[in-house]
Amino acid sequence: MTILRLEEVSKKFGALTVAEQISFAVGEGEALGIIGPNGAGKSTLFNLITGNIAPDSGTIHFSGADVTRVAPMVRCLSGMGRTFQIPQPFEQLTVFENLLVAGSFGAGRQESEVSDRCAEILVDTGLIDKANVLAGGLTLLQRKRLELARALATEPKLLLLDEIAGGLTEGECRSLVATIRAIHAKGVAVIWIEHVLHALNSVVERLLVLHFGRVIGIGTPDEIMASREVREIYLGIEV
Amino acid sequence: MSLVVPSWQVETRNKTSAPFGLAAVATVLLAFAVPLLVSRGVVQDLFFILTMLVLAQNWNLLAGYAGLISVGQQAFVGFGAYAMFACVILFGADPLVAVLIAGVLSMLLAIPTAFFTFRLQGPYFAIGTWVIAEVVRLLLAQWKALGGGTGTSLPREATRDMIGVGLMRDLFGMKASAAGDALTYWIALILMVLTVGFVYGLLRSKQGLGLAAVRDNEQAARAVGVNARRMKAFVYLAASFITGIAGALIYVQKARISPDAAFSVTDWTAYVIFIVVIGGIGTVEGPIVGVILFFFLQNLLAGYGSWYLLMLGLIGILVMLFAPRGLWGLFSDRTGIQLFPVRRLLRGGSLNRAHKGVPHG
Repeated sequence: MTILRLEEVSKKFGALTVAEQISFAVGEGEALGIIGPNGAGKSTLFNLITGNIAPDSGTIHFSGADVTRVAPMVRCLSGMGRTFQIPQPFEQLTVFENLLVAGSFGAGRQESEVSDRCAEILVDTGLIDKANVLAGGLTLLQRKRLELARALATEPKLLLLDEIAGGLTEGECRSLVATIRAIHAKGVAVIWIEHVLHALNSVVERLLVLHFGRVIGIGTPDEIMASREVREIYLGIEV
Repeated sequence: MSLVVPSWQVETRNKTSAPFGLAAVATVLLAFAVPLLVSRGVVQDLFFILTMLVLAQNWNLLAGYAGLISVGQQAFVGFGAYAMFACVILFGADPLVAVLIAGVLSMLLAIPTAFFTFRLQGPYFAIGTWVIAEVVRLLLAQWKALGGGTGTSLPREATRDMIGVGLMRDLFGMKASAAGDALTYWIALILMVLTVGFVYGLLRSKQGLGLAAVRDNEQAARAVGVNARRMKAFVYLAASFITGIAGALIYVQKARISPDAAFSVTDWTAYVIFIVVIGGIGTVEGPIVGVILFFFLQNLLAGYGSWYLLMLGLIGILVMLFAPRGLWGLFSDRTGIQLFPVRRLLRGGSLNRAHKGVPHG
């Protein structure tokens, strides 16, 4: 069963093609990594999937329904959770309240039904000590964790992670990978954009390589890493 | 079994909530008795304070909670007032019934208004609301049956025979004019209590939490499933309904209307913003502190002509610079006292031991 399917999705900003005939599918409970050089269109691809940008052509199916023209809010309600590359916390709300919003609205429940779950997510993501602190006062690292925690609170079937491991120390990265593996183990499908390859490869089953808005490779991490084209473009290795 | 199962609780109340609640009920009950105890002048002053507080709570709801910074709320004050005059003069309605109709009509006016202004963001929204207020003023100034540009007065018998005035004359032996003042005062008091109750109830609800998320970051709010547009539209319509009622009620008491007064940006928006800003934007307490301060400043500086506005402006700037969250914000940060707490604080589990006295953000 596929949870997400893109068919020939294209998008241009003026003369610049940011997505060209992108087609791929993600199975239920699968983890897919997306890599590519800066400016390859990775975040744009995320915004196309979540509905923040409308494609010029092509279709996007999520959970068996055509969502190509569906608003981001509705996609969230049908089970799509996302993080932003540049964290976007609700700064005047506390960390716990940030999760309460996501939990009650994103999962369509009452506050009292989701408060325990939100607290447990804070424990899992290591933010519990900051529960009653205003989100505006968090460090970048904590903001990235909050992005993940807030996305989880919406009870997603598909979790879209946009560069959340960047800038972490080795130890922090390991704990983040463990958190994401645990989420994935519960059957949540994950699409993860990341530059930290070893973190990515320890979670995902397949890798997708983007270059100038085109998919230039999709396969298991070993296959992708062995590909000559990928090594030249992405890793910058002359072969 | 030594296994500790963390159990979580969410708290919003704090130690000042209960005594304050009792004090608030006592104050409101006392306020109901005021017209029987004090002179007409005091009743009129209190009426002014109450109606300004209603307007301030509404503006605070728009700007402080929904991020809708309007400088055109005089559109709804003036439109509500004119709608009330039209009902009374053209259709012979009782002024108090007309006040309710005016609220409904103001809300209807907000629908086309929102259609235009909601396409605008930030400062453009603010300017858009002002433009619309001017348009409504210019249109109503053409209405000859209501006095056109020079305005008109409510017929004497309309206020004299208002519902309840006769009863109060018999019950308390009041003159018709005093009874009219007392009646409008009581309605203003009820309106104020209902408005504060509505705003606080909204903020404590799930919708209030969503509203705060929309104010802080609309894109992220949509991404977690909040219907930002519907939320803002609801607040905008509710504020225009209450503002329309307040406007109509103010002009039942004034009994004389003109387009320039009813759509005055100074009286119904600039003063209201001043009240909210010096009191503390984004809190229920702020406008209450602000309106009391505003009333005393107005009386203190009334004799100084245009210096009065200069002084208000100067005070506003100083507060914005040195206490950006207003005087209540300053007080609340220092003391931790919140009379209308809305924060959802997580308690329980490991938090009980590690973090006992977390400040209120």
